Amino acid sequence: MLAIVDYDAGNVRSVQRACEHVGLTDAEITADPDVVRGADRVIFPGVGSSESAVDTLHNRGLDAALTEFYHSGKPLLGICLGSQIVVEHSEEGDKDCLGLLAGQVKRFQLADPSLKVPHIGWNSVDVVRDHPVLKNISSGDEFYFVHSYYVEPVDPETIYGRTDYGEDFCSMLGQNNLFTTQFHLEKSGRLGLGILEAFGDWDGTPPC
Amino acid sequence: MLSKRIIACLDVRDGNLAKSIKFVDTKDIGDPVSKAREYYEDGLDELVFYDITASSDKRNIMLDVVESVAKQVFIPFSVGGGIRSVEDANKLLWAGAEKINVNSAAVQRPGLIDECSHALGAQNVVLSVDIARVGASNDIPSGYEVVINGGRTATGRDAIAWVIEGEQRGAGELVVNSIDADGTREGYELTLTRMVAEAVGIPVIASGGAGKPEHLYDVLTEGKADAALVASMVHYGDYTVSGLKQWLSDKGIKVRLKY
Repeated sequence: MLAIVDYDAGNVRSVQRACEHVGLTDAEITADPDVVRGADRVIFPGVGSSESAVDTLHNRGLDAALTEFYHSGKPLLGICLGSQIVVEHSEEGDKDCLGLLAGQVKRFQLADPSLKVPHIGWNSVDVVRDHPVLKNISSGDEFYFVHSYYVEPVDPETIYGRTDYGEDFCSMLGQNNLFTTQFHLEKSGRLGLGILEAFGDWDGTPPC
Repeated sequence: MLSKRIIACLDVRDGNLAKSIKFVDTKDIGDPVSKAREYYEDGLDELVFYDITASSDKRNIMLDVVESVAKQVFIPFSVGGGIRSVEDANKLLWAGAEKINVNSAAVQRPGLIDECSHALGAQNVVLSVDIARVGASNDIPSGYEVVINGGRTATGRDAIAWVIEGEQRGAGELVVNSIDADGTREGYELTLTRMVAEAVGIPVIASGGAGKPEHLYDVLTEGKADAALVASMVHYGDYTVSGLKQWLSDKGIKVRLKY
């Protein structure tokens, strides 16, 4: 069973519909930490602010369940806010996060005043390292972004994709059985669905 | 860098597609779900549905439309028309819309923007503004006035002051719809679009008047819009989404060409 983590942060049903569309028909929306622990794979989605999201995760016991799930070695996919909460700390509300991946969540500080924050729209992702979940896409493909914050990891080896928005930021990260995208792959057309489909085929083994 | 977005607007009345000409005479032109899917497959970046259903007892038809679209179309889409509360907005999001559009109801009760922004997140709240050119006066220094109820009612509010207030109240994006240009197919209102784009820090979607690819080019460059909304020019088959994007790309505008 594929668990989609529900912590009142965004439209989990969009993710579920996208899963169904690519044949992941066992995708279940859940707020139950035990269901997350028992899942074969987990999607950790999210939009909005990490401030309240981190509290909701904690109140539902989902933070511990996600951490346990990560250490089980089974495939874990973080999307947008989910890609941010897996790191150690967020500038947004000065919140400690899950700490599965060493890094910080930072707000865009763009020198060019014509660039708007949030970064909303379709932007290119340069693939800097190959990964099984990226088998259906090519470097330079475009995906749909909506965010004001991004992840800055400690270890450059965890970076799989980069995007330019006035400054270069990490748009895809991976470590062991964890893979994350800052963009909304569930709203990024056929190519976004291609990542989701490949995630469904991935057994969680990191590329060597 | 970010691509410029091409957004198709589908006016839906009683579950059917309608396209207004100057906001007065509307006629039905087809099924919104199949049209949405056709555009999605042809590379559309985003969809907007405006529910122009007059009677409230038929509003639930829109939820069915949203639900069907959400199962087949995997790009962002927003829904507007008739949203008066967070509850209305939540129903649409749950049915599968990504964002909600508020317009007249927000002018009548500006707190609606704050409430929706707080409940759904600013990124999910689009403020749509219908604007008429009236000439500068003491009350309307910009010369552009906010109008409501499909352009039939003047409000006495300055359009530029209103979009700034809308941003402060928590709107995440703006649709600038020129009543004067809407349905004419003679080009967007460039002066107005540019004034708004320079007044706010959130993305601006230009609406009303698109008839030729050149119009999109003009509003995305001179008009400083982040996205261009199209309707009749694609609904009646004169242009395709992919054709428009290729044309813009050939002119040096960054648009998403692989989909």
